[in-house]
Amino acid sequence: MPGYTLKINSRERKVSVDEDTPLLWVLRDELGLTGTKFGCGRGLCGSCTVHMNGEPTRSCMTSVEYAEGNEITTIEGLSEDVTHIVQKAWIAEEVPQCGYCQSGQVMAAAALLERNPNPSDQDIDVGMKMNLCRCGTYQHIRKAIHRAAGEIR
Amino acid sequence: MSTSVSRRDFLKVTSSAGAGLMLGVYLPGKPRFKSVAVDSFEPNVWIKISPDNMVTITLAKSEMGQGVKTALPMIVADELDADWQNVEVVQADAHPDKYGGMMTVGSRSVRGGAWIRLRETGATAREMLVSAAAKRWGVDPASCRTDNSSVYHDASNRSLTYGKLTADASGQKVPKKPQLKDPSQFKYIGKSIPQIDTPDKVSGKTVFGLDVRLPGMLYATVVHPPVFGASVKSFDDRETIKVAGVKKVFQVSLGVAVVAKSTWAAFKGARALQIKWDNGNFSMDTEDISKSFRDLARKKGVVARNDGNTEKAMKKVDRHLKAVYEVPYLAHATMEPMNCTAHVKRGRCELWVPTQNPQGSQRTAAQLTGFSNDQVIVHVTQLGCGFGRRSRTDFIQDAVETAMKVDAPVQVVWTREEDMQHDYYRPATYNILEAGLDKAGKPVAWNHRVVAPPIYRRGGPNSLDRPSVDGASNLPYDISNIFVDYCRSDIPVPVGHWRSVGPSQNTFITESFIDEVAFAAGKDPFEYRRKLLKNQPRLRNVLELAAEKSGWGGKLPKGRARGIAVVENKGSVCAQVAEISIEKSQVKIHRVTCALDCGQVIHPGIVESQTVGSVVYGLSAALYGEIIIKKGKVTQSNFHDYPLLGIHEMPKVDVYLVDSNEEPGGAGEPGVPPVAPTVTNAIFALTGERIRSLPISLNGIRTM
Repeated sequence: MPGYTLKINSRERKVSVDEDTPLLWVLRDELGLTGTKFGCGRGLCGSCTVHMNGEPTRSCMTSVEYAEGNEITTIEGLSEDVTHIVQKAWIAEEVPQCGYCQSGQVMAAAALLERNPNPSDQDIDVGMKMNLCRCGTYQHIRKAIHRAAGEIR
Repeated sequence: MSTSVSRRDFLKVTSSAGAGLMLGVYLPGKPRFKSVAVDSFEPNVWIKISPDNMVTITLAKSEMGQGVKTALPMIVADELDADWQNVEVVQADAHPDKYGGMMTVGSRSVRGGAWIRLRETGATAREMLVSAAAKRWGVDPASCRTDNSSVYHDASNRSLTYGKLTADASGQKVPKKPQLKDPSQFKYIGKSIPQIDTPDKVSGKTVFGLDVRLPGMLYATVVHPPVFGASVKSFDDRETIKVAGVKKVFQVSLGVAVVAKSTWAAFKGARALQIKWDNGNFSMDTEDISKSFRDLARKKGVVARNDGNTEKAMKKVDRHLKAVYEVPYLAHATMEPMNCTAHVKRGRCELWVPTQNPQGSQRTAAQLTGFSNDQVIVHVTQLGCGFGRRSRTDFIQDAVETAMKVDAPVQVVWTREEDMQHDYYRPATYNILEAGLDKAGKPVAWNHRVVAPPIYRRGGPNSLDRPSVDGASNLPYDISNIFVDYCRSDIPVPVGHWRSVGPSQNTFITESFIDEVAFAAGKDPFEYRRKLLKNQPRLRNVLELAAEKSGWGGKLPKGRARGIAVVENKGSVCAQVAEISIEKSQVKIHRVTCALDCGQVIHPGIVESQTVGSVVYGLSAALYGEIIIKKGKVTQSNFHDYPLLGIHEMPKVDVYLVDSNEEPGGAGEPGVPPVAPTVTNAIFALTGERIRSLPISLNGIRTM
């Protein structure tokens, strides 16, 4: 199997997998970074959201071949001690219920705030609409994003 | 080990030197879980206080987002007067009887007895710690007080931490009836203290079933027959074994398993499989199923309720209304697809599984392996949603059978498509309703015929399936003549418990039809319900609260309307008002006001989250939810054709909790049933169009 060198959470990681292997499964099964979740496998739910060069990216739809050479950040690399502004806001607003989609939600929100430090409700709708939550934490997510934005200001 | 404590009641002390004080609470077990004598009791929760002052509380219920991991320990810790900063929670492995029933369903973790027993566990430990301190100081226990995991004797200005008292406390007599706190003394109960598992959930550290990683483990997936009732005739795995990483392909009871070095290789291998299915004899479409329900509805069913004489009363009414209501099959669509990790070796089977049913998992594995229960170890992981789906054990069967043929731990992962197409669906149902009104517009007769496949198939063809009529047979309104009957369908689409169960469909039906009746009588639907609930103070109260907080009757912007509905579910009552608009035949939900009376609230933040989440769950179903059957197969496969509500469609949801110290009711489900009828009743108020089948998108109204 071909070898790839990935840059994940500022560390170089070497893996040998088929070239069509989605980044999601490289993270989860090869590297043990299980914070990034499998929800649909088709880019429909956002549970697998990571950052690639700072952009929110569906890792289930991103092949390892495509990912090579890019800066990848997963939930494990967002902060060392749960101190990222979005994580703190998520804790303060008690956003998670089951928690399964929340790695993806946090990564999507972090990327949104990076682009737009003071998003309106409509900006939040646009930035977060592709991240599904079956528990229905959307109202709390919205509040937490506004709280994080307030911290930035 | 203390043996002097086998009191009739629920408590037991076990203590080993150095381990600290351990206390268990016994719940009267359900007989079907019992393999021992009837008079034995079953422990549910364990407290362990270590010499280092750490209080460890074992959780025997599954955490799936409903907050038991925080709420149940809060109850124990409050009565124990424990320092919350030094409380840790440990998830219990499955045990046939040690913890009582471990099934986490029906919003039952707090209500129905557990509330008092959890409190008694904490209070008993507290009293024993006080006795131990009082004895050591030679003072009257009544002169001592407790706070933050310490016992104080203020008169002599002395104190001891619980950790220093563990050995002494273990030797104390177990109090017969521990003194429980007055609600005014609660320190944690009723407060939204930070949930203990939130930081891990926002940093990717929480271990869900899919996150279990073991040395040398393999990954697998199972391809199940698309048609219900079908089986494998033969399969060709030549292309599958060419996939890099695929190790083994073999048949299991429910399909064909592909074992590989990674999940991706297993999925890829599964796609390359050529399977010939024996499709059996089920080849119906949704339309055929609906027609079969209509045919069944022609004959009388099993009587679920019969008050007065509706037949006679209906003949004398001033006005008569009749309507047919239908609801579709629905998938649970938990965010984490079905999965289970199993390792079978040398007379031992170990499972790591996100399950609502640890004991059922254990029994399933024991049956399949031929092992005894104590040879099967079941570790319960965090669940990525449950909603009733994870009370089933089909995915556990897949994992155990796969692991029996593999010399390593193996994680069986269903694809989203397999998950969507092999669910135990919320039943599709067909309903005929009739109401008769007297001259004043009051309903005097009500008929409801429910046609539905039973959730409990064990009953014979003439048995009443209680979940199918829940929400119908217990219609709360003051109507003298009520008749509800149930016609059982044997359509082989698997059905099961789906968040809030019977009322998930029946409340839509009854709350829509009572709305029809109110409008036929020319009355305001809130006032009409209110009058009919004169003997139901709890329901009337939440109805009034929801109406008041939503501004019911007040002016609305042009193009908007409100709808109202109320339900009693899982020991709680919930009323909701939806405010909607329709523009260019596109419906928009602006606001949902919820009033919930769930008795004593343990954690208001969790209850509010559960209620808001219930609204989202109910809206996804009302607006889009539909599993369509074609030629015996489910046509939906993923979130593109089984959509869930997104943040951009999220209405403003306000939750008002009734202040109460009454026995707690359920919190995870009662918010679901009123959602659909509040929306459809609002659509009627706005357009005059009555929605009698779900999802709403079937009715010429765009929902996305």
